[in-house]
Amino acid sequence: MAFNSKIPAGELEKKWEDYKSHVKLVNPTNKRKLEIVIVGTGLAGASAAASLAELGYKVKAFCFQDSPRRAHSIAAQGGINAAKNYQNDGDSVYRLFYDTVKGGDYRSREANVYRLADVSANIIDQCVAQGVPFAREYGGLLSNRSFGGTQVQRTFYAAGQTGQQLLLGAYSALERQVALGNVKMYTRHEMLDVVTIDGKARGIIARNLITGELERHFGHAVLLCSGGYGNVFYLSTNAMGCNVTAIWKAHKKGAYFGNPCFTQIHPTCIPVSGEYQSKLTLMSESLRNDGRIWVPKKQGDTRKPNEIPEDERDYYLERRYPAFGNLVPRDVASRAAKERCDAGYGVGSSKMAVYLDFTDAFERYGNIEVGKKGLDNISKEKIIELGKDVVKEKYGNLFDMYAKITGENPYEVPMRIYPAVHYTMGGLWVDYELMTTIDGLYCLGEANFSDHGANRLGASALMQGLADGYFVIPYTIGNYLADEIRTAEIPTSHEAFAKTESEVKSRIDQLMNIKGTKSVESFHKRLGKIMWDKCGMARNAEGLKQAITEIQALKKEFWSDLKIPGTINEFNPELDKAGRVADFIELGELMCKDALDRNESCGGHFREEYQTPEGEAMRDDENYQFVSAWEFKNESDWELHKEDLVYENIKIAARSYK
Amino acid sequence: MEHYNMNLKLRIWRQKNKSDKGGLVDYKVENISSEMSFLEMIDILNEKLVEENKEPVAFDHDCREGICGTCSMFINGRAHGPWHATTTCQLHMRAFKDGDTIIIEPWRAKAFPVIKDLIVDRSSFDRIIQAGGYISVNTGNAVDANTIPIEKNKADNAFAAAACIGCGACVAACPNSSAMLYVSAKISQLALLPQGNPERKTRVLNMVSQMDKEEFGSCTNIGACEAECPKEISLENIARLNREFAFASLTSEE
Repeated sequence: MAFNSKIPAGELEKKWEDYKSHVKLVNPTNKRKLEIVIVGTGLAGASAAASLAELGYKVKAFCFQDSPRRAHSIAAQGGINAAKNYQNDGDSVYRLFYDTVKGGDYRSREANVYRLADVSANIIDQCVAQGVPFAREYGGLLSNRSFGGTQVQRTFYAAGQTGQQLLLGAYSALERQVALGNVKMYTRHEMLDVVTIDGKARGIIARNLITGELERHFGHAVLLCSGGYGNVFYLSTNAMGCNVTAIWKAHKKGAYFGNPCFTQIHPTCIPVSGEYQSKLTLMSESLRNDGRIWVPKKQGDTRKPNEIPEDERDYYLERRYPAFGNLVPRDVASRAAKERCDAGYGVGSSKMAVYLDFTDAFERYGNIEVGKKGLDNISKEKIIELGKDVVKEKYGNLFDMYAKITGENPYEVPMRIYPAVHYTMGGLWVDYELMTTIDGLYCLGEANFSDHGANRLGASALMQGLADGYFVIPYTIGNYLADEIRTAEIPTSHEAFAKTESEVKSRIDQLMNIKGTKSVESFHKRLGKIMWDKCGMARNAEGLKQAITEIQALKKEFWSDLKIPGTINEFNPELDKAGRVADFIELGELMCKDALDRNESCGGHFREEYQTPEGEAMRDDENYQFVSAWEFKNESDWELHKEDLVYENIKIAARSYK
Repeated sequence: MEHYNMNLKLRIWRQKNKSDKGGLVDYKVENISSEMSFLEMIDILNEKLVEENKEPVAFDHDCREGICGTCSMFINGRAHGPWHATTTCQLHMRAFKDGDTIIIEPWRAKAFPVIKDLIVDRSSFDRIIQAGGYISVNTGNAVDANTIPIEKNKADNAFAAAACIGCGACVAACPNSSAMLYVSAKISQLALLPQGNPERKTRVLNMVSQMDKEEFGSCTNIGACEAECPKEISLENIARLNREFAFASLTSEE
């Protein structure tokens, strides 16, 4: 099987330009004859569907939600990075590239990341042209803020709803193409397998979730844009429907899985409140621009936060990382919070939380307002009030969300936060053209492994999803489809479609016929606990080995004692979920295997055996400077392939934010 | 905040499929914590139903953080329940007390047929966007993002309108099942921005025409939509839509 990253030769800055100048093209009349299947309609899928349809390809797009506008990209809060340097603060394509590679702890591909930084500016232009209402300054120009792991202001935003606005932009472009007849949209459909013919992806089997019917769909190429798999942990900031099924089916058909264990734990989420908890809610990283994180200096301090005097507070991020302070990258901030809580300094009833405090910001912004408005003799209360108004404009929706969930007013008492599973850097292995190890099968956005290495920087997920969909795939897919213009549409009566459909059908029958005693939900919860305890924020060899044994046992129990009510040929959310959890269980095993294999700590992958005396991650560049690409062989059996990472333009160093 | 547990009586709309007549069915749930979200309470009911070999209640939900617009329950006669500016998924059980009866129904509107139980088909909303809820700019055509400065208050108002999550609560709350608040939010967003200008007239005419075709009711200025909107989309948008529509109708060259 092909395993070549296909990185173009030449200087880093010119690779993409050269590639675009020499890549094969498909002429407009041939584009009309080529069909592309796109699975998932979040930022990556919707932007790809719209852009490819604009070029003239015939597109079929699928989502499991009732509308493409619901995809979980919509929940991204804080912003999107772009190397515009509108702030004149020294930003450049190179700096964004450098920050991203360093932020990823030197486990991503130079050429991909450079291209990402390079096209980032075009994304902002495109979105503004679509009517995305980004935040603006009084002069009418675009506003920026700062995010973790950077020292410039390059993040564009729309209050705390940036993902929503970007997705609605891509969604409107997609719906325009639906109206023009260039995209056929299938909502409430779930892809359940890829169909391959002579080693090439030629379509999918999808299930109509309303009727339960299986459908066959042909495509000259198939794009998987199905998002991340954080829900393998049961509790995460992902939407309830987010799942690994599309990419997992492709993996079992031959697509290698890259760095499955690289999971991002986001430092600022609302803590778990009870056993019934169904999901966790993120409080945007942008809050760390203005909020200060602290715990009491005294262990087990039970005083209310406002009763703890300034000098008895430990602003531990500012103490440990003076250069970046509260804006250290996510993996660093998460581990530091865990360290304080494990050592007995946590706050709140569970003691598994730290404070995110805006008191200083209220006063700082209040004083600025006083200056702007030329007010005299202002009381401190009035200043704070003015400051609260400014904070409200910046983060109002986040403060409201916090209040609704916790019943506490974050304008009066500091927020309580704790890390939670948020994003998966791992995903299907893809080459420079975003093609997986199956010819004609592409993977875009969070679903692929590329660009973020072992840790993603804030405001870079939206950037990558849209870069892949708007500006990368429209070029790279031509290089493949140019050789497919002689391939006529393959009728779905072809035996490969029939065979794949019957495999899908027998798996569904098998699930329905278990007729055991335990609900899907109960298995998902148990899997999540194993993963969080043993393959979460900190991992060790002993725990990972146990986890693998436990997951194998859970899998056996699942397939012998699962209970699904209802029938196949109707709207049956329990059955949909059963299929997804079955795949999560298999993925969980691979994640533990990958984490066990990687004997180093890097980014979000923290192996307790590999740390400095100060508790910082210890990378092993000599032995682990590679992408782990796993090939599925058989149940619980994978073969590891390594893609060595070569750094020609960045000097590798210990990653320090001190 | 004081936590407490409660026992509740639920009356939930059950309907097997589109053609089934459907009706309210009574259930009981016990020991519900005031800290739970409303949907977590439904999760507990569903787990219990699965345990008893009964079919769980089908309901739409996804992000559970109030932004995707999927959840859609009509709770005690109100779209998304008793809290102001809150989606069903962000409603928490603190809103209720021990012994309460809660009636849960789907959105009711001709243009939103029931698929099953509490799930309705809102694809009519997508078709309204297809009729013109976009700016026709192909990928790659854009000029530099700072080429056209936009007055901050216009940009802010466009954002406020764009905050619509397309949940359909406005339609469910309206006695006429009008979709004017939803349609006007998109029209306002694009009318307020210079980028939306070239298609300003055709957009409003086509979107309103599609809205009528989908058989949404007409607007009689009741204001229930604004009162129940989880994202506080303002009625001013409807006024703007009416202005845009009148202007386009009077000056259209087609």
